[in-house]
Amino acid sequence: MRPKSYEIGDKKQEAFMKVINTMKFTIPAMSRNEALARSCIAAFAAGADPTVEELSDIRSAVCEAVTNSIVHGYRDSKGDISITLKLTEDNCLYIKISDKGCGIPDVKKAMTPLYTTAPEEERAGLGFAVMEAFTDSLKVTSRVGKGTTVIMKKRLTNKFGDSDE
Amino acid sequence: MNVEIIKGDNYITVILEGELDHHSAAAAREIIDARLEQLTPKLCIMDFSGVSFMDSSGIGLILGRKRRAESYGGNVKIKNPSRYAEKIIKLAGLQSLILPEKIKI
Repeated sequence: MRPKSYEIGDKKQEAFMKVINTMKFTIPAMSRNEALARSCIAAFAAGADPTVEELSDIRSAVCEAVTNSIVHGYRDSKGDISITLKLTEDNCLYIKISDKGCGIPDVKKAMTPLYTTAPEEERAGLGFAVMEAFTDSLKVTSRVGKGTTVIMKKRLTNKFGDSDE
Repeated sequence: MNVEIIKGDNYITVILEGELDHHSAAAAREIIDARLEQLTPKLCIMDFSGVSFMDSSGIGLILGRKRRAESYGGNVKIKNPSRYAEKIIKLAGLQSLILPEKIKI
């Protein structure tokens, strides 16, 4: 029986998840790196042969999380964004995006569609809504003054059922 | 991303080409607003046919231009979004801004 939530970084659960590939990278939280993050996730996801729609969904979801770190997390500071990607044997993609920014005081409120703390910057308040709509599961943890971590899971269409050596 | 603005008869067409994210939306905003302020067209058509990527920053761009246009009695419409751009536009509840394909402007 599968555990309810899949923790990236938990070795026991990862073994259970049968991770067949992983990629970890860190990028400075600058808006020009939104495109870089998208390219990296696309390159990693390519190994799982996603559909055009799935790839589009993943790129959008990742970009929302990365943008949140840049616009909100590091609003008054500088820092890095850590991204961990995992692909499991049954074609599930796990994406963890972490920052050490200012953190979110009320995660539930922040995840309310159209709620934004930056309306003057033309933020639509839809970042979490996009992440939720385009992935199968979304988990957000945050501590004020410490940072925010977003974990998303997306099951990709299993076309061939082949696995790498 | 590339922004090209074509002037019509009391309307403008904004042709967006490339990836529309938070980074590129900022520059696009400046370019479009300069023309809106200069021309105050009744209609601002945003052509999304060349937009290969979009996230909610694109929604922010649309909403911001809509507010600006409405401030002088104008309006914004969206033309030719890709299936993926349309997905986000619908999520934002802005599908009424999408011009039906049959309309020729």
